[in-house]
Parts: sequence; C-alpha cells; structure tokens
Amino acid sequence: MVLSSQKTLEQNALRIRKGIIQAICSNKGGHIGGSLDLADVLSVIYTDFIRIDPQTPKWDNRDFMIISKGHAGPALYSTLALKGVIDYSRLNNLNNPNSLLPGHCDRNKVPGVDATTGSLGQGLSIAVGAALGAKIKDSGQRVFCIIGDGESAEGQIWEAAQFAAHYKLDNIIAFLDWNNMQIDGSVEEVMSIGDPMKKFEAFGWNSTLVKGDDVLAIQKAINFAIESPNKKPTMIVLKTIKGRGAKCIEELPNNHCLGFNDDLKEKVLEELKERAVELDMEEEQWN
Amino acid sequence: MELRYTGGVAEKEPIQIFNETMRELFSEDDKVVYLDADLMGSLKTAQLWKDYPKNVFNCGIQEANMVGVAAGMYLNGFKPYIHSFSPFASRRIFDQVFLSIGYAQKSIRIIGSDAGIMATNNGGTHMSFEDVAMMRTVPNACVADVSDPTMFKALLKLTKDRNGVTYIRTARRNLKDIYMPDEKFEIGKGKLLKDGNDVTIVACGIMVATALEAAKELEKDGISAQVVDVVTIKPLDEDLILACARKTKNIIVCENANILGGLTSAVCELTSAKYPVRVKGIGINDSYGCVGSEDFLRKKYGLTIENIILQVKELLR
Repeated sequence: MVLSSQKTLEQNALRIRKGIIQAICSNKGGHIGGSLDLADVLSVIYTDFIRIDPQTPKWDNRDFMIISKGHAGPALYSTLALKGVIDYSRLNNLNNPNSLLPGHCDRNKVPGVDATTGSLGQGLSIAVGAALGAKIKDSGQRVFCIIGDGESAEGQIWEAAQFAAHYKLDNIIAFLDWNNMQIDGSVEEVMSIGDPMKKFEAFGWNSTLVKGDDVLAIQKAINFAIESPNKKPTMIVLKTIKGRGAKCIEELPNNHCLGFNDDLKEKVLEELKERAVELDMEEEQWN
Repeated sequence: MELRYTGGVAEKEPIQIFNETMRELFSEDDKVVYLDADLMGSLKTAQLWKDYPKNVFNCGIQEANMVGVAAGMYLNGFKPYIHSFSPFASRRIFDQVFLSIGYAQKSIRIIGSDAGIMATNNGGTHMSFEDVAMMRTVPNACVADVSDPTMFKALLKLTKDRNGVTYIRTARRNLKDIYMPDEKFEIGKGKLLKDGNDVTIVACGIMVATALEAAKELEKDGISAQVVDVVTIKPLDEDLILACARKTKNIIVCENANILGGLTSAVCELTSAKYPVRVKGIGINDSYGCVGSEDFLRKKYGLTIENIILQVKELLR
C-alpha cells in the first residue's frame, strides 16, 4: 500500500475544510464545529484507504463510510466533492428548499453517502451490519464509521460494540470524535464518557488514542488495523478540537451549530488562506 | 371463494410455517437473512440457525441494534427478515425502523410474534396493541395481521423484494386454517370470505376466524353478514372495502389491536372520505394488556363471537 505524505494529507484536509465552509455559508449557517474537526481523518481515509469508485458510487464491493454523527454531513459532502463523487457546485445548496444536500447525511439525496443518519446512536449498528455482510460475502470490504463523543451516551452504540466483537468484525475501523463538546456544554459536564479507550477495549475492541489533527498518526493507526487484523474491530479515538482549522471558530464557547455572516466567513477564509500558503497551495482559489 | 375453514386448529402452526418458508427462501435466494434477538427458542428456529450459518444470525437481546444490523446488511446487498415479540419489534425499535430503514429507503421484513392478546401469559409487558397504529404511520410501510398459516407463508414470500418497511404481526400458535393451500395473495388485496347483504364484518388476524363464526350464527337470526379479511391493513384494499360499504351500508371492524390508529381507524379514514357509512370497531379500546389465557383475554376485550353478534345487532337496530 502506498501511503501519502503528511503534506498531501494536510492539503486535502484543508481542501475539505474549505468545502465545509462553502457548504455552510451557502445557507448562512450550520453544524460547523463537529464538521471541521473531522477534516483530517476524512482526508486520511479518502486519500489513502477507502476503496470507492467515484464514477459508480453504488459499486457493490465498495468500502463503506458511515458517519454516525449525522450532523457532520458538510464534512462528508465536502470530502465527496474532493473525490469527484459529487460536483463542487452542489456544496452551494446546503439545506436549501428541496435541497439535494440536507445538513444531516442522506444516502438518498447525495451520491457516495452510505447511511442516512441524524438520530444519534444508529450509525454504528449500520456499520456492523455492513461489515457482517462483507464477512458473509467474503468480499474483503472494509467499513469505516465515525461516532461522536456525545453520541456515545446512546445505548445503541454499546449494543453495536458488543455485536461487532462477538462476530469478530475486524473489517470495521471506527473513529470516536472526542472533542469533549456537546450542545449543552462539555461532555464532562453533560454526560461524562470516562475513558473511551478502556471502554472499547473492555467490549473486545482494539483501541488506540490519536491526536485528531495528526494526519500521520491517523494514517499509521488505520494502516495498522488493516495490516494486522486480529479478529477484533478497531476503535481509533481521535482527540479533537471542535472547530479545528479555524481559530476564530475554535475559540467560540459553543460552535456546534453557528450562523454565518459575511464577516465571519471572511475571517475563516483568511485563516484557511494563510494555511494554504504554508502548504504551498497559494495558486488555489480561496474566496 | 373456496375455504377450508372448519373451526379446528390449523394443520401447521405459524412457527412451523416460518421455519419451512425460511428454508425455502434461503435455498431460492442466498441473500435472504434472518436475524433474531434471542427469541429463536420461541420461534423454534434453533435448527435453522445451525443449518444456515450464513443466513441466520442471533443478535442477542439488542432489538435496536438488530434493526441497524439489518440496515447495514441491506446496504451490502442482503434481504433481512427480523423477528421479535411484537412490542419489541415495533414500539421498542420504532425510531430505528422509521429512520434507518424507512426514511433511508431500505428494505426490511419485521415479524412481530405474539401479536396483541396472543402474548397471553407473558402479559401486558409483552402485549402490543399499539403496533398497528405505529407502523401504519411509517410512509409506504406494509402492515399485515396474519389470519391463517397459508397467508403467513405467502406474505413472507411476497415481500422478499419489497422496498420499505414490511411489518407482519402474527400469533405463534392457535391460528385456524382458513385458506386452501394454493390460495394466491397480493399485497393490498383483501379477501371477501363470505358474501352477505346486511352488514360487512371487516377483520384481520385472529379475528377473521371469529368473524366467520359470528357470521354463521347471525345467519340463524336472519342477518346476512359478509366477512372480509383485509390481509394487509396497509395498503388497505380500498376498492373492496368501498364496494362492501356501498352494498351493506354498515361495517363492523374486528381487530386484535387498539382501534385508535388500527384497522378501525383505517376503515373510517377511507369511508368517511369516500363513502360515509356507520362503522363500529371491535378491538382494544385504549387499554393496556394484561395476563391471561386467550379465552380470558378475548372475553375481557370483547374479541368474541358473542360480542360481534351483539355489536352487529346494535348497529342494525
């Protein structure tokens, strides 16, 4: 397997962030915090690992991507635009009337989306079902799934965790977006998650903690899960910062769902542009 | 139409029908899978589980996760059938069924066993009267209440490739044989089991046999009742119900479920809009279940031949 360089992965993460801003600004607001913080992991998965055919999004033997925290739709949509599954122009339609781009992930509206999610706790179950199907088919398909830390208060997450271990679904590579923020405050305040690594280990999973914006560490963790299957599903806990990639968003006390005026948009794009210069991407359009 | 109804217990119980039919489905289509939530013992499918390790999966006591697993297996090309007792196969998993399957435009067949009073001694905790109402509100869902083992087999086979949510509620035992073994069924097509002129008894599930008995008794009193088995509560056979309404102008609905949102509601929604007639529902009147034998529960909730006769006579008075 040829793995990409840090610079390539970070460039793609930046492109994903830009698409997230494009989508969210098209409707003057949306679920920005928990979308931005997934840009790095999505960059790694979609640059190096997931086997999809952008021309045939419903290819039978594709790998699956289940975003269980469905409000991160803009992050997935932006990634699909980057991969050429959807056109960038579609990102201008987030939640517009009769939208072909609902804020929450919708498999029937957006090509390349595998699961319709938004009622939290259900995506990991869908992932384990798809993974069990792959085992029966002996197809070698892998299933990627991203769950939220707040979402992990849902009991169904732990039903699915138990199921995946029982059926030895080592073709699941899941991620926990541990940004420690949910709508009503910090996860610690609202419903503490404790030690998610230990919890998943206790449920029979491989579990590892990785810095959520460290693309090489994420790449290494995914690669290890693929190269060293041990009949256990893998949970990669991502220590993330909600709103990562734009300081002016990160610094807000609650950036779960934000309204966007032109001023804020300009500030964010200015930050992305500065990052683009660092990554030698000045030639790309940033406004 | 020719019936084989004698009033005796069916030649094959629904449990046996389920096992036989799933075997047939597995051999016809290797994408068919059956998931259960630790109630294989109740459906006597343990041997099926052993014989078909690539088609049968036990999800343990995780009904909500079972729906998600079914959604994921559908995503990967499979055709899931899932089973639990009807309350756990409906109200406990409603959001999962509604969103992960219905809204997401996937396909599933849900078998809810021990429907309504047929939970008998498991009592009110296991007794679903509300499942029909809930499942009817899932857009494009098919909701069926099994009246006879032949129908059960047909529904299992007919819905294999049906899109959306299919909810089949059934008793596990004590059904009567109504239909000839070669009877053909269609989704959305009811059966006029007995013709008549004075009143129409529209029934589903275990109440179909009861309605046939009541109609026989009513004949003795000079009341000519027609009996309809709707087969599917949703989609409802509108043409058949409206034809009956036009003919008899009086309808009694019989169901082993809450009449709020149940078949009674479905018939009223239809007739009030298209051909208003008097409709009276015999079913559960906004109550919880309780422990008891089938006989006890039938009497408690009025699901008896005698009560149908009484209600028909009151309606026609």
